[in-house]
Amino acid sequence: MPKLTIDGTAVEVEAGLTILQACETIGVEIPRFCYHERLSIAGNCRMCLVAMEGSPKPIASCAMPAAEGMVIHTNTPEVHRMRKGVMEFLLINHPLDCPICDQGGECDLQDQAMFYGFDRGRFHENKRAVRDKYMGPLIKTIMTRCIHCTRCIRFATEIAGVPELGATGRGENMEVGTYVEKALTSELSGNMIDICPVGALTSKPYAFVARPWELSKTETVDVMDAVGSNIRVDARGSEVLRVLPRLNDEINEEWISDKTRFACDGLRRQRLDRPYLRIDGKLQEVRWQDAFSAIAERVKGLPGVKIAAIAGDLADCEAMVALKDLMAGLGSPHLDCRQDGAALVAEPRSAYLFNTTIAGIESASACLLIGTNPRREAPIVNARLRKRYRAGNFPIAVVGPAEELTYDYEHLGFDPRVLERIGADDHPVADLLRRGERPMIVVGMGALARPDGAAILAAARRIADVCGVVRADSGWNGFNVLHTAAARVGGLDLGLVPGRGGRDVGGILAGAESGEIEVVYLLGADELPMQRLGKAFVIYQGHHGDAGAHRADVILPAAAYTEKNGTYVNTEGRVQRAMRACYPPGEAREDWKILRALSDAVGCSLPFETLADVRARLLEVNDVFGEPDTVRVAPWGAFGQPGTLSGEPFVSPISNFYMTNSISRASVTMAECTKLFTGGTDEKKTGTHG
Amino acid sequence: MLRDQDRIFTNIYGFADGGLKGAQSRGDWDDTKALVARGRDAIVDEVRKSGLRGRGGAGFVTGLKWSFMPKEAGTRPHYLVVNADEGEPGTCKDREILRHEPHKLIEGSLLAAVAMAAHTCYVYIRGEFLREAEALQRAIDEAYEAGLLGKNAAGSGWDFDMYIHRGAGAYICGEETALLESIEGKKGQPRLKPPFPANVGLWGCPTTVNNVETIAVVPAILRRGGDWFAGLGRPKNTGTKLFNISGHVNQPCTVEEEMGIPLKELIEKHAGGVHGGWNNLLAVIPGGASVPLIPKSVCETVRMDFDSLQQAKSGLGTAGLMVMDKSTDIVRAIARLSRFYKHESCGQCTPCREGSGWMWRMMERLTVGRASFEEIDLLEQVTKQVEGHTICAFGDAAAWPIQGLLRHFRPEIERRVREHQGARPLAAA
Repeated sequence: MPKLTIDGTAVEVEAGLTILQACETIGVEIPRFCYHERLSIAGNCRMCLVAMEGSPKPIASCAMPAAEGMVIHTNTPEVHRMRKGVMEFLLINHPLDCPICDQGGECDLQDQAMFYGFDRGRFHENKRAVRDKYMGPLIKTIMTRCIHCTRCIRFATEIAGVPELGATGRGENMEVGTYVEKALTSELSGNMIDICPVGALTSKPYAFVARPWELSKTETVDVMDAVGSNIRVDARGSEVLRVLPRLNDEINEEWISDKTRFACDGLRRQRLDRPYLRIDGKLQEVRWQDAFSAIAERVKGLPGVKIAAIAGDLADCEAMVALKDLMAGLGSPHLDCRQDGAALVAEPRSAYLFNTTIAGIESASACLLIGTNPRREAPIVNARLRKRYRAGNFPIAVVGPAEELTYDYEHLGFDPRVLERIGADDHPVADLLRRGERPMIVVGMGALARPDGAAILAAARRIADVCGVVRADSGWNGFNVLHTAAARVGGLDLGLVPGRGGRDVGGILAGAESGEIEVVYLLGADELPMQRLGKAFVIYQGHHGDAGAHRADVILPAAAYTEKNGTYVNTEGRVQRAMRACYPPGEAREDWKILRALSDAVGCSLPFETLADVRARLLEVNDVFGEPDTVRVAPWGAFGQPGTLSGEPFVSPISNFYMTNSISRASVTMAECTKLFTGGTDEKKTGTHG
Repeated sequence: MLRDQDRIFTNIYGFADGGLKGAQSRGDWDDTKALVARGRDAIVDEVRKSGLRGRGGAGFVTGLKWSFMPKEAGTRPHYLVVNADEGEPGTCKDREILRHEPHKLIEGSLLAAVAMAAHTCYVYIRGEFLREAEALQRAIDEAYEAGLLGKNAAGSGWDFDMYIHRGAGAYICGEETALLESIEGKKGQPRLKPPFPANVGLWGCPTTVNNVETIAVVPAILRRGGDWFAGLGRPKNTGTKLFNISGHVNQPCTVEEEMGIPLKELIEKHAGGVHGGWNNLLAVIPGGASVPLIPKSVCETVRMDFDSLQQAKSGLGTAGLMVMDKSTDIVRAIARLSRFYKHESCGQCTPCREGSGWMWRMMERLTVGRASFEEIDLLEQVTKQVEGHTICAFGDAAAWPIQGLLRHFRPEIERRVREHQGARPLAAA
C-alpha cells in the first residue's frame, strides 16, 4: 500500500494503481483521452501529464504506477501550461466542426477544450484532412476528427478479439483504419462509438438524428438476448432513437452487443398498433371489445384441455404470470415458455441457470462449451470468456460448432457422444476440468433444443459430477446453461411449463395439428413452425407483425420492452426491472393489462388491478422476484434423465446473430448487417473508391 | 591528441583485412575465454570503473545500465540487443565499425552478454545498411565456424547466439523501445517507461539495448583495464570516441579521438579545417541532427564531451559534427531538419505528432520571412510545448535544433521577417 502526496494531500492507495487512479480516489480529476479503465494503457494523448517532484520531466499519470513517497502536483501553473499545450496540439488539426458533429454535446474533446484549452487559435497553417474509412453499416467515420488515441484499436484487439483495426502511416500522416476497407466483423463493434472520445466514430443509423439534450433518457434492461445487459434508452417523444450501454460490472461491464444497440429502429416498423380480427379469412381492424368478444365466444364452453398457451422469447414476467393465471382460470394445463422445445427442467433452479454468473467467469479455471456459440448467442458473455482467456491459463474446450470465438479452444468434435466419454472419465478433458479449482461447463440451447436434449442435459450433469464442476466446499458452481431468450429464465421461475397432464410446445403443436387443441394463445411467440398450428384458433398478443401475427385469428397489440415497466430474469437468474421509455403506439397496451382485461371478457377475472398487484403475485409464485438486481445462489439438486445420445452434430440455435426476434427482424439496420455478414458480399463503396 | 597505442579501432578505415584472421592479428578474440572467466560481476565492475558512457547519444553510464539487469536469470531469458539502427543525420560511426571492425562488436557482444546473463543477442541493423549487414553476417558466420559463437562460445563455457534483424528504414526504430517493438514484428513505436527494458523488454523479458560503439569498445576495456580507459579523456567523460565530421570542411572524416578534445582542434587537425578558414565558420551542430547548434563563438573553446557541450546548451549526442560555413542559409538548414523530424515522427503521441508538422511549417515560412515577429515567439513556445512532453526523446530531438537556432540566430530570422514585410506593397495610404 504505497503512500504518496497528491496536491498536498497524503493518500494511501492500493498497490498497482496508477497515479491517475490514485488521484481519482481523492477526487482530483485528471483530464485524459487515450486512457480507458478497461483497455490497456497507451499513454499517447499526453493530456494526463502531471508534475512529480524529483522528476525532471512531467509524467503521464495514466501509465505511471503510484509508488511510495511520490509527491505529485496536478494543479500548478506548469501543469496547466502543459495541458493547454497538449490541448492546443489536439485541436490544431481537428476540424472544429462541432455544429455538424454527432458527438456534439457529449464529446470529451469539446468538454475538455472548454476547460483546459485556449480561447483562440494560434495555428495559421492548413489543417489536415483525412479521407473517411468504411467500417461497415454500423459505424460512420469522419476520420479528420480523429485524435489518434487508439482506443478503438485497443478495443477491437483486446475486448472484441478482432484485430482488424490499426494505424497506418507515420507522424501526422498516421491514420486509423481497417487496412483494407472492410466492415468490422465484431458483434461488439458499436462500443467503439462510445469509447471514441471525439466524433471520429459515430453511429451510422443515428447520424444527424438528434442532439443529446433533446432526448429523454431511461435506464432499463435489454431483451435481445438472455444476458440482460443494462442499457439506457434515449427517446424523443414516442420514438426510441438510440440505445446505449449502462455500467454494470456484474453483467455487461460497459459494453453491449450490436443487436442491443442497433435493433432499436425495429421498434418503429411493423408495429401492431390496433387489434385485428380475422373475418372471412382476412385480418381486419377492430375495436378492443370486438377482439375480446370474439375470443370469449370461441372459448365459451370449451374444455380447458382444448386450450393451450405458449410464451415467446421477449415476454416480461408480469405478462407471463398473468398468462399462467389466466390459463389456470380456463382450466388448461397446456402451457409452455420453451418455444424452441429446449429440454429444460423447471426444478431445481440451478438446472437452468448460468450458475457461475457472468462476472464469475473471471475466476474460472477451465471451460467446456457444449453445443453453444457464445459469440452469437451472448456476445457479452463471450467477451467475458475472452477477458478470462486473455488473463491466461484458461483452457477452453468445445463440443459443437467449430467457429471463430475470438479465443483459442480445443475442438472435441461435433458429435455429442463425446460427452459420454468425458462423463465416464475416459477423455483428457475430464482431467483438464478436474485439475483446476473452478472448472465451468456451459450448455447452450443448441445442445438442449433437440430430440435428445434431455439426455444431453443428463450427460452434462454427469460431467459436472465426475469432474468436480460443482464444489460444495468452496461454494463454486460451474454448471451453466446459456439461454438465448430474455423471457426463458423468468418463465421457468414462474413455472410456465406444462401442468399435470399438460402438453409442452411439441405436444401443443401436435395437438393443434390433429385438432385436439382448438385454441392457442401466443404471447409474443414468433419462432414456431406456424403451419403446424393447423386449424386452431390462434390468439396472438405481441408488438410486431411477425410470424405469429400472420397466422393469428385475433391480434392483441402489445407494448415492446421499451414501452412498459416489466420484469426480466437473465440467464444468471438475476431479476431486473425494465422501465418504460415511451408509450406504445396506437392502441397497443401493456401485456399484463391486456390479459387482465381479457380475463374479464372470458369470465375468469384475474385478481390484480395495478402493477404493484401483479408484482405481489410474482413474489407469491416465486420469492426470487423479491430481490431484484441480485443473484441468489441456486441450490444444487438432482436432475437429468440419462438417455441415448444421437450422433447428430450440434448446431448453434442462432444462424444469424442480427435477426433473432421480432424486433431485430423488423430492423433495417439489422437487415443491412444480415446482408453483409451472412453470405452477402461487402458491396458498399469503400473510401478508396474515388 | 590520441596516441596511436591508445587507439581501439585500428582498422576503422578498412585498410587491413576486416575478417576474422585480420581481426585476430589486431588482437581481437585474444583469449576471450579468460575474459569471460572473470565472471559477470567482474566484467560489470571493470566497465563501471572505465566510466564508459553509452555512445548512442544519451550518454548513460554503461556499467550502471548493465547492473539493472536481474541478478539471477529466472524463467525468462535475458536478451542483449545491439542498436545498429544508425539513422541520426550526420552520423556514420557505427557504419564504419560494422564494415571494418565487426569482430570487435561480436566479441564485445559475447562479453556484454556474459555481464547480463544473456545467451542471445539481436543486432538491429538499419535497413539501408545492406552491405554492412552482409559484412556483419559474414563475420558472424566466421565466428560460428571458428567456434567463437554458438554452444560454448570461444571455449568459455558460455552459450551465445547472435542474430541480425534488419530494419525497414524508420528513424524512430533507433529509439530503444521502438526498436524492441520492431524486432517483435510490430509497428515501431516507443513504449512507455516504466517498465524499463531491463525488467520488461524484448518479448517481455529482461533486455539491455546498447549502441554498437559502446559494445565494440568493451573487449579493449577488459583487456587493458578500466583504469586505462578512464585515464583517457576527462573526468566523467572518459575514453576514446569516434567522431564524424561532415559539412563545410576540407576533409570530412571519421576519426577516433579522446573525449574532451577541443572542437576547434578536432576540425583543424583531422578534417583539414573549415572551408575558407576558421573565420569562415558560421555554426556547428556537434552531435547529430538532434542537438542544438552552437555558433562560432562557442566553437572556439568548447570541448567535445558530454558535460562540456551540455554546458554550452547543446549535447555530444552521437558526436556527428555538421560544420556550416558562412555560405550556409542557417534557417533553411534547420528547416530541413524540421522536415526530417516531421517525416520521421511515429505519430503515437500528440505533442510530437502534431507539433513536428507545425514547427516545420513555421520554419518553412520563416526561411523566407513570411511570418510576423510574434510567430517567432510562438515557434519557441511550440518547441517548449513539445519538449519533454512526449513518450520518447524524439520530441526533444525535434525541438532542440529549432531552439538552438532561435537562441543564436534570432536576429537573422527577424531580418528576414523585416525584409519580407518591407517587400510587401504598402496599403494605399
